[in-house]
Amino acid sequence: MALLETRGLTAFYGDFQALFGVDIALDEGETVAVIGANGAGKSTLLRSISGLIRNVPGQIRFDGREIGGLAAPDVLQLGIAMVPEGRRLFPSLSVEENLLIGRYGRVGNGAWSLDAIYDLFPVLKERRHHPGTALSGGQQQMVAIGRGLMSNPRVLLCDEVSLGLAPVVVRDIYAAFPKIRATGASIVIIEQDIGQALKVADRVYCMMEGRVTLSGTPATLSREDIHAAYFGAHAR
Amino acid sequence: MSDHISSSSWTVSTRTRGSAFSMLAILALVALAFTAPLFVSRSVVQDLFFILTMLVLAQCWNLLAGYAGLVSVGQQAFVGFGAYAMFAGVSLLGMDPMAAILLGGLAALALSVPTAFFVFRLQGAYFAIGTWVIAEIVRLSLAQWKALGGGTGTSLPSGATRDMVGVRLVADLLGVRGPQATDIVCYWLALLLAVVTIGSIYKLLRSKQGLGLAAVRDNREAARSVGVDPTWTKSFVYLVAALATGLAGALIYVQKARISPDAAFSVPDWTAYVIFIVVIGGIGTIEGPIIGVIVFYILQNLLADYGSWYLLILGLIGILVMLFAPRGLWGLFTDGTGIQLFPVRRILAGQPKPKDIRGSD
Amino acid sequence: MNWIDTIIQGILLGGLYALFAAGLALVFGIMRLVNLAHGDLIVLAAFLILMLVSALGLNPFIATAAALPVMFVLGWAMQFLVLNRTLGNDILPPLLVTFGLSVVIQNGLLEGFSADSRRISAGALETASLQIGPISIGTMPLLTFLSAVGVIVALNLIFYRTSLGRAFRATSDDSATAGLMGIRAERIFATATGLAMMVVTIAALYLGTRANFDPTMGPARLIYAFEAVIIGGLGSFWGTLAGGIIIGVAQTVGAAINPEWQILAGHIAFLLVLLVRPRGLFPRAVD
Repeated sequence: MALLETRGLTAFYGDFQALFGVDIALDEGETVAVIGANGAGKSTLLRSISGLIRNVPGQIRFDGREIGGLAAPDVLQLGIAMVPEGRRLFPSLSVEENLLIGRYGRVGNGAWSLDAIYDLFPVLKERRHHPGTALSGGQQQMVAIGRGLMSNPRVLLCDEVSLGLAPVVVRDIYAAFPKIRATGASIVIIEQDIGQALKVADRVYCMMEGRVTLSGTPATLSREDIHAAYFGAHAR
Repeated sequence: MSDHISSSSWTVSTRTRGSAFSMLAILALVALAFTAPLFVSRSVVQDLFFILTMLVLAQCWNLLAGYAGLVSVGQQAFVGFGAYAMFAGVSLLGMDPMAAILLGGLAALALSVPTAFFVFRLQGAYFAIGTWVIAEIVRLSLAQWKALGGGTGTSLPSGATRDMVGVRLVADLLGVRGPQATDIVCYWLALLLAVVTIGSIYKLLRSKQGLGLAAVRDNREAARSVGVDPTWTKSFVYLVAALATGLAGALIYVQKARISPDAAFSVPDWTAYVIFIVVIGGIGTIEGPIIGVIVFYILQNLLADYGSWYLLILGLIGILVMLFAPRGLWGLFTDGTGIQLFPVRRILAGQPKPKDIRGSD
Repeated sequence: MNWIDTIIQGILLGGLYALFAAGLALVFGIMRLVNLAHGDLIVLAAFLILMLVSALGLNPFIATAAALPVMFVLGWAMQFLVLNRTLGNDILPPLLVTFGLSVVIQNGLLEGFSADSRRISAGALETASLQIGPISIGTMPLLTFLSAVGVIVALNLIFYRTSLGRAFRATSDDSATAGLMGIRAERIFATATGLAMMVVTIAALYLGTRANFDPTMGPARLIYAFEAVIIGGLGSFWGTLAGGIIIGVAQTVGAAINPEWQILAGHIAFLLVLLVRPRGLFPRAVD
C-alpha cells in the first residue's frame, strides 16, 4: 500500500473547480515529481494534501489513515511537512527562528536538527541571526526547506522550489536532495523545470487543467509524451 | 464594407419593481406624520421627536460606518458641539432658537474639518478611538466655558423657546399652550431633518459619489486606480455626517432647553444607543436604521424600569446580532424576500441593439 | 511649584498608563484586534481583586496573584469563544462586538456592585514613601512604575526568547503558513488574550489601590491606554512605556498649572504627537 495516496481528489476555490479527480500515489522512500503548466492544479494538489484546503473526506489517505478533512496543524503532526510556494518565511523571525518554528508542532523521530540543517546548507549558519527575509531568494528557499525538515517529516511536499531562482542556485538546492532522500524521507516536488524534475524523481506525474494526463518513470517517458501531456495533445 | 454599429441601449438604473410603489407609500407616510400633532397627545409627539432625532443620528452613523467604512465612536462630539453652539447663539447672542439650530449645524461642520485632519491619520480601530478622544477633548474644553455653565451646565433663557419662530402661531391655530406648541414645532423640524437627511443620503448613494464610496469601501486601491479619491470621498462623508449630527444635536437641546457637558457628550445616549440601533436594524442599508429605531423604541418602553439591565440586554443583543446576523434584522428580511425600499444597487437593464451588418460592397 | 517633583510624579503615573497599554499592545500586535472593552476589563479585574480581598481577607498582592489565573481563563475563553469569530478582513465585527462587550461589562458591574466608588486598601503602603534627596516618592507609585517595567521586560522575554513568542510573531506575520508549522491560530490568539488579561490584572491592582474606582471608569482607561500605544508606536513594548510616561507627565504638569486641566493636557499631548509623528515614536519597521 502506498504511504500517501489520493483517490479521485477534487478541490474547489469557491465555485471554481481546480481538481477533477486526481489519483496520485507515493511509496515510502520515493521521490515523485508533479509537472505541468501554470494553473494545472499542481499547487492545489499540495495545498489539499497539506491541509491548507479542506477537502471532501475520503479522497486522501496517509499511512492508511483518512486525512482529507484535516486542518494544516493536524496534517503536520501526522508527519507531512510542506515547503510552500514562494517560500513564505516569517519576516518577524530570524533565519534560526524560522528553522526552529518548523518544529513547533512536531519534533518527530529523526536526524534533523539545527546543526544538521546547517550542515546541509552551510551558508545559513553565517546568517542565522539575520531576519528571514533579508536573504537572497535561493538562501530563503534553503531556509524554507530546512524549516520543513525540522519536524522530521515522513513526507516532504515541495511547491515550486525553483520559482524565481537562477539556474545555478536551483542546482545548488537540488544538490541537497540526495542527502534528504538518504534519511528516508518520501518527497513530492512540484516543478516547472522539467529537466530538474526528471533528474531527481523516481516517478513523474504530469497535470493539465486539474487532471493527471501522464504518469510514469523518467526512463519510460518520451519527450513527445511529456510535451503532449503538458500542453495538450494538439499543441504545436 | 461598412458596419453600422448603433449605440447599445444598455441602461443603468437603481429602480426595482417594487421601489416606485414603496416610494409613494413612504411619501404618503411622511405626509401623514406631518399631520400627526393634530390628533395625538403631547407625550406621543415627544416620543416621535425622540425617534426621529435618533433616526437622524443613526442614519449618519450608518453612512459613516456602513458605507464609508469609518467606525466612529465619537459622534457625540458633534451632538454636543452643535448643541452648545446653539446655546451660545440663543443665550449669548440673542438669536432665535431656529436660527441657532442652523448655527449649531454649521459649527459642527466647522469642527469636523480640523478633527478630520487628526483622525484620518489613524486607521480602523484606532480611528474609532481617535474619534472618541476628540469627543473627550471637546467635552473637557467646553466644560471650561463658564458663560455656558461650565461643568454643571445651564438652561436656555426662559421664554426663548416660547418666542421661537412659529410657536405662537401653532399655539393659536391648534389651541395648545406654549410648551406643547414648542414640542410640536420641534417635532416638525425633526421630521423635516429626518426626511432631508434620508433623502440626501439616498441621493448621495445613487449618485456617482455614492458609487465611488462603495468602491472605496470594497477595495481602496482598485478604486484609486479608476480615479476615485478615497480620502476626498471619506472626508466628504465625514463632514456631511457631522453637519447633520450637529443639526440634530442642536434641535434635541432646543427641545430639552437644558444642557450640561456630561449630557451633551454622553457616550451611551449619542453613541451606544445609535450603534445598537444601526447594528440591530441592519448596517449598510437605509432601511436598517429605520427598523432599528423602532425596535429600540419598543425595547426601551418594555425595559424602562430596569436601569442597567436595559443597556446590558441591548449590548448582548447587539453582540449576538453582529456575530450571527451581521446584516441585522433588515438584512434577514431582505435576504429572504428580496424587497428593498431604498434600492441603491445598480442594475444593468436593456439589451444591445442588433447590428446592421451590410455585406461587402 | 516644584517642577522636579511634578515630573517625577508624572513619570511614575506613566508607569500606570503603560500597564494599561501593554495588554492592548500585546493583543493588537498579534491579531490586529483592538478590544474596546479593554478599559472595562481592567475595572472588572479591580472588582475581582476587591472581592478576593474583602471575602477572603487577603492582602491585595496575594489577591492579585490569585486573580491572575482567573483572568487568564476569562480572557482565553472570551477570545476563543467570541472574539475569534470576529477576526477577518472586515473591521466592523471586532469593533462592534467589543463595544458591545464594553457596554455589557459596565452595566453588569453596575448591577452587581452599584455605582458607588470603591477602593482597594493597601494598608500602610498607601501612605508610605521613600525619601531620595529632596524628593519624596510614594511607595505605591514607585511599585507601579517598577511593575510596569517588569511586565514589559517579561513580555519582551516571552516574545523574543521563547517558543511561544516565536509562535506569536509567526502567527501575526502569516497565520496560514503558521498553520503549516503546526500552530493553531485560534489557540495562539486565545493564549495572547489570556496573557493580556494577566497584565490587565496587574494594572487593576494599581488602579484600585491608587484611587477610587467605579464601574463606569473603563472607557477613560481605554483612552489612556490607546494614547500611550499610539504615541509609543505599534509593535514596541518599551514604546508603550514611553507613551505612558509622556501622557503621565503631560497630565501632572497640566494639573500643576490648573487642576481642571489635568486630563485635557494629556489628550493635547497625544494630539501633538499624532500631528508630528503619526506612526508613533518607535514604530515597527515591518507592519
